[in-house]
Amino acid sequence: MGSKRPARREFLKSGAALAGGFTLGAAAPAIGQTPASPKMIKGDKDQIAYGDRSRFVTSVRIAHGGRPSPDAFGLVFHVAAPLQDSVGVITPSSLHFVGTTRGSYIPEIDPREHRLMIHGMVDRPLTFTMEDLKRLPSVTRLHFIECAGNRSSRRAKNVQESHGMTSCAEWTGVLLSVLLKECGVKGGATWFVAEGSEEVKGASSMPIAKAMDDCLVAYGMNGEALRPQQGFPLRLMAPGFEGIFHTKYLRRIKVVDRYYMNYNDYGHLDQDSKEAALSYQIGPKSVITFPSGGQQLPGKGFYEISGLAWSGGGAVKQVEVSTDGGKKWNKAEFKGTPQRMAHARFGYQWNWDGKEAELLSRCTDEIGQVQPSREQIAKFWNKPFDETFSVPGLDNSMQPWRIATDGSVTNGHA
Amino acid sequence: MGTRRVLPIAFALLMGGSALAQGPTYGVGRTPSAEEIRAWDISIGPTGEELPPGRGTVKEGALIYRAKGCAGCHGATGIEGTSPNLKSKIPAGPDVELWARGRILPLRAPFATTVWDYINRAMPLNREGTLTADEVYALTAFLLYINDVIPEEVVLDAQSLPKVKMPIGDKYASLPEWKPRTPRLKGYPY
Repeated sequence: MGSKRPARREFLKSGAALAGGFTLGAAAPAIGQTPASPKMIKGDKDQIAYGDRSRFVTSVRIAHGGRPSPDAFGLVFHVAAPLQDSVGVITPSSLHFVGTTRGSYIPEIDPREHRLMIHGMVDRPLTFTMEDLKRLPSVTRLHFIECAGNRSSRRAKNVQESHGMTSCAEWTGVLLSVLLKECGVKGGATWFVAEGSEEVKGASSMPIAKAMDDCLVAYGMNGEALRPQQGFPLRLMAPGFEGIFHTKYLRRIKVVDRYYMNYNDYGHLDQDSKEAALSYQIGPKSVITFPSGGQQLPGKGFYEISGLAWSGGGAVKQVEVSTDGGKKWNKAEFKGTPQRMAHARFGYQWNWDGKEAELLSRCTDEIGQVQPSREQIAKFWNKPFDETFSVPGLDNSMQPWRIATDGSVTNGHA
Repeated sequence: MGTRRVLPIAFALLMGGSALAQGPTYGVGRTPSAEEIRAWDISIGPTGEELPPGRGTVKEGALIYRAKGCAGCHGATGIEGTSPNLKSKIPAGPDVELWARGRILPLRAPFATTVWDYINRAMPLNREGTLTADEVYALTAFLLYINDVIPEEVVLDAQSLPKVKMPIGDKYASLPEWKPRTPRLKGYPY
């Protein structure tokens, strides 16, 4: 075999030279001739171990909200996913948005040492090792996570700035209900506290009904172990709830009979009961990712408008797209079957006539919630709809993108 | 051995689903000792039942606030720092709503236990978990005192801390009763 290799290499080299010659000499290669070979990437040990993307693909995350991350004081470390470059519904693990508090601290946890303890109002408190958890029946589900601060503004230049604090991945783990049944939840239990093992031991109270419905104790993400930025080795998934509830580095679950007012809980209190009702579960939301702010259409003609839709209420049932600022709505098609609390990719076939246009999308979820416009939200709160209006709670309003006659795309809120 | 395993399951099935749900299905996991649970359980709820022994005064808290570097980030009197204010800049008054006085933990929290829980688990920055229980009681007392929640002579411990009356009372929205497959707010946005 060794003796054959040089010969093959020689053949490839001469083939490339020949093809190159044809490209220079003739407009189209004759039938039976191969076109010019691209430059070859030399194989090395690293490529065997863990593959890289092409050096021509340069899509990266950015600091969210225009702040350096971590900021001067290290209070905020939020990075946004490049949704403008996304295809399909899965956010690659390396590009998944990150929201943490207090700088970029990521605990380095040896999974062999990690434990999850479940206690409180249960018949049998239990401690699980990672090995224990992997013995139990697993589920694999697509779920989005969205930061409650994922809010578009007039300042946002592109969809990464306006919507990049949402991502969707395939999560694998054990249903929390399975673990809780193993422990035996006592009557009268109404809430549970989930706590991480990072430096601040971040903790949130959630309704026990959520735990029994669809919470997931996840150790897998997109086919491999969780990334440290996503809670390695274990995180809670609370599908459709605000991002902060998806407790990373999960170490403890305490079953209790009241809202426990720990760490994150105090920040979730509201004065107004309507605002309180809008926290926890994320509303129906969608955004067009192509064409979107900062992109440039080369000229009039056919484009498939593409975007993402999601809801904390369940699966997205319908997406509509408008190309005239909301006068006429057209049904978009789904690329694949929308999953519960997951990004759904939609498309709408559009022939741009080269005139000014305003693109909008709106979605409806399986429980009938419809994504609102900012004007509708202002009306609901009985507030004037002007530049000072800010959507209370998580902003799930429609995002307009303006297309100018030169094909440039800008934020319609600006 | 096979029959020994099958029999209890068959019996449980005869008894109905609820009997089956009472016992563990997989037998995976280890029972932690009471001491392990105590050591891990840093969640202090409104009743304060998890509070450890210890005590602290306002005066001690003022000293610890400086000694542990709290003032470096939160300011000498709790308002001059780069990190969240620990005292409201808006004075109390008959026409001033508590909610209008800012998101100040030792003022707006519905329970003093929340202040204790927060300091204990999350402070000081980069040295979390290094404060003793006495120090946390003292810092909690100091922060409640500078917000006029408690008088200077109060000593905080596991018994007195949960009894502190916070100014917000019950003037905050009750949490929604969340149910799966239910809109978060009826009538929103239309």
